[in-house]
Amino acid sequence: MDETYAIEVTHLAKGYKEVPVLVDVSFTVRRGTVFALLGANGSGKTTTINILTTLIKADGGTATVGGFDVTTEPARVREVISVTGQSSAVDYILTARENLVLMGELRHVADPQGVAAALLDKFDLEDAADRRLLTFSGGMRRRLDIAMSLVGEAPIVFFDEPTTGLDPHSRNDMWETIRELAGKGTTIFLTTQYLEEADRLADQIAILHGGRVVAGGTPAELKTMVPSGLVELDFAEDNDLAAAQTALTNGHELSRVDSKLVVASDGSVADMADMFIRLNNAGLEPTRFIAKEPTLDDVFFKILGEDKEETHANSH
Amino acid sequence: MRTLTDTWTMAKRSLRHTTRSMDTIITVVLMPIALMLLFVYVFGGALGAQTSVDYIDFLTPGVVIMTVISGISYAAFRLAMDMQKGIISRFRTMPVKPSSVLSGQAMSSTVSNALSCLLVVIVALLIGFRPVPDAGAWLLAAGLVLLFILATTWLAMFFGLLARTVEGAGAFSYILFLLIFISPSFVPTDSMAPWLQSFAENQPLTPIVDTIRSLLTDGAPGPRFWVAVAWAVGILVVCYTLALVAYRRSDPPQAVA
Repeated sequence: MDETYAIEVTHLAKGYKEVPVLVDVSFTVRRGTVFALLGANGSGKTTTINILTTLIKADGGTATVGGFDVTTEPARVREVISVTGQSSAVDYILTARENLVLMGELRHVADPQGVAAALLDKFDLEDAADRRLLTFSGGMRRRLDIAMSLVGEAPIVFFDEPTTGLDPHSRNDMWETIRELAGKGTTIFLTTQYLEEADRLADQIAILHGGRVVAGGTPAELKTMVPSGLVELDFAEDNDLAAAQTALTNGHELSRVDSKLVVASDGSVADMADMFIRLNNAGLEPTRFIAKEPTLDDVFFKILGEDKEETHANSH
Repeated sequence: MRTLTDTWTMAKRSLRHTTRSMDTIITVVLMPIALMLLFVYVFGGALGAQTSVDYIDFLTPGVVIMTVISGISYAAFRLAMDMQKGIISRFRTMPVKPSSVLSGQAMSSTVSNALSCLLVVIVALLIGFRPVPDAGAWLLAAGLVLLFILATTWLAMFFGLLARTVEGAGAFSYILFLLIFISPSFVPTDSMAPWLQSFAENQPLTPIVDTIRSLLTDGAPGPRFWVAVAWAVGILVVCYTLALVAYRRSDPPQAVA
């Protein structure tokens, strides 16, 4: 078994009725890290999860989870994974406690009742523990759904859009749960359409678009793909602002937003130094400056924009 | 060992479902009982002239078969529901054998249908059903009914797994209801139209009903005992295999995101 990677995906392909969903998807997930598969609705995130969790078969390519091939050794894969799908997969006729005990029994944990009690407490479901799920709110069902995935402490956990449809408070709780799991050394694979979520949780991100991974790396690496870090400069007087504009106009991309001067920067020390040297030479001192980090949104839209241009160019 | 434990775990889950939807079970039993009363007290006078034994003695095995046919739809409904709610997908990603998930459901279906049949027989006894006093024949008849319940439960589960909607899960049972009427369950086949007779004589329900009736009214299994057993075992083996294939190939809900 490869000790480095918990998940390895090579040239994965899958279509439904001739419509390709995944064209050529490759990525690796290191053991004990959080990996986010980022993409818009319909980009194939759930299809990828369904293949990795042995629910559907790929048309082409290979994938291993925990060192086991998902096509030839699905039973071994199921021993090491746990899955929380997009919709709550719970038993509505049973109570919350019975749902958890059922999971404990099927995963053959030593003390199903004890595990159930601990999770009910952790997910704030104690008061409703012995009520049937038909009476539960959507948020309570979701919490139970996640608690059920944690029974048995599988080393690799999949979350398919874990925070879609959650209120901000529940979303923070969810993030906390994922961080806690990661802290224990669990490998986490999550899909999301929220850039902020990937940024906050993931060690590695892959952006899925048009059936391919169009970009991948750490959140910081992805951000360096976007050269346009921004520096906002405030000046005491409008005259100073106009003078600064003149001083910087050769070699820097400028724009005026209200009474601020916004300078595009590639984020390098040389570029920043050049800017301040020019201002200094002109005898100008900004009253305030703010360097703005590029966001993943910038990355996402840049990649999508380039992709569109490419497709456009290819079609001619 | 693990497979057996898991099967029992799944059976406990299904039995909880059953005991928590008693209204469903009662509905299942009420229809055959109502039909039995209708056949005995309304049609029985006319139909009884056609049969060699008391009409209630002739009718009861057919009503038992009808009870099973209406009861097994519940297993199809439950599986279709589990598919729609996504819990089958959850089980499919867990280290649980497909046969455990389905056998658990089959066990609980067999238990609840056996109880329904017992209830129907009790009502039949109350209104004058008098089987031959032969415990051996009763046991053999009960065994055949259990085998029939098990076989048709797997048939129901196969259709439940195929169903696109929960509402469509029970549609297959209409065909079985039709088969009951075109069998010697309520009237002897020789009173049917000649072209229908040969079909009625050779369809699977006929030897099963005939054998149960023969055991309960004559105390002997009759000439078609092994044909009845072969049909039941055949249905069981084929449907068990098909259900497992359908389970493995079932699409997760919203497969295309």
